[in-house]
Amino acid sequence: MNAPRMRTPLSKIEGLGSARAGTHHFWALRVSSVALVPLSIWFVASALAYVGAGQGPVAAYFSEPVNAVLMFLFIITCAYHTSLGLQTVIEDYFHQESVKITLLLLDRFACWIVATAAGWALIRMALAGR
Amino acid sequence: MSTPPNSPGPSARPYGRPLSPHLQIYRWPITMAASITHRATGIALAAGLVLLAWWLIAAATGPSAYSVFTTAAGNIIGEIVLFGFLWSLCYHLLNGIRHLFWDIGYGFYVPTARITAAFVFAASLLLAAGAFAVGLMVKAGLNV
Repeated sequence: MNAPRMRTPLSKIEGLGSARAGTHHFWALRVSSVALVPLSIWFVASALAYVGAGQGPVAAYFSEPVNAVLMFLFIITCAYHTSLGLQTVIEDYFHQESVKITLLLLDRFACWIVATAAGWALIRMALAGR
Repeated sequence: MSTPPNSPGPSARPYGRPLSPHLQIYRWPITMAASITHRATGIALAAGLVLLAWWLIAAATGPSAYSVFTTAAGNIIGEIVLFGFLWSLCYHLLNGIRHLFWDIGYGFYVPTARITAAFVFAASLLLAAGAFAVGLMVKAGLNV
């Protein structure tokens, strides 16, 4: 026996409904937030130690492999968490489809541009003099 | 269409029926203030991420680029921005942990939620002020 068709013709042509990824956004936000708890504490402690320091000591700090990797993780996780969080804000407040889609694209693009630029800086410091 | 004749839909209100009172009419419970502050600090931290990238790029570029950053960060406006960034991070971190406890089923009892909201406000201010003070001491050359 065939399963009953629950979808209305309207829902079919709109293409909305289950995308089979309903909890992914929620879960990804939680996973990144758990990772950010220790990473944020490490970042604040590191940054505070170099307040007022010159470029040399800061670059030397990030040329250490452990610091470079932790900072890279911090930046990537921050960008991911930020893009997901801003997505929620945009979806909550912007209901006109064209505006919403444009802002969602800008959100993703901006977050990954910032993360990539910061990642480039970290690679440059990590590989300087090697 | 599926819209029943008595339902004008979300945007049209041809019957002049009363609306239910919305957010601005209520006195804010502290849990509500904590919730909207979480969102506001999250947006502030998105802007802070750009400053963080600037710091790293300046440090990777060289002494003159880095001195542009430290000059901007060292004046009073820069310090206010940095303190705002620091407090936003402390608040979003502590309230984020509060959210994670909710996610595993703890802290939903309303008096508990009120107490943890007040704790997050107070502790985030204390943490940010303490961390800022440490930063000023480091800058002044004291070893802490």
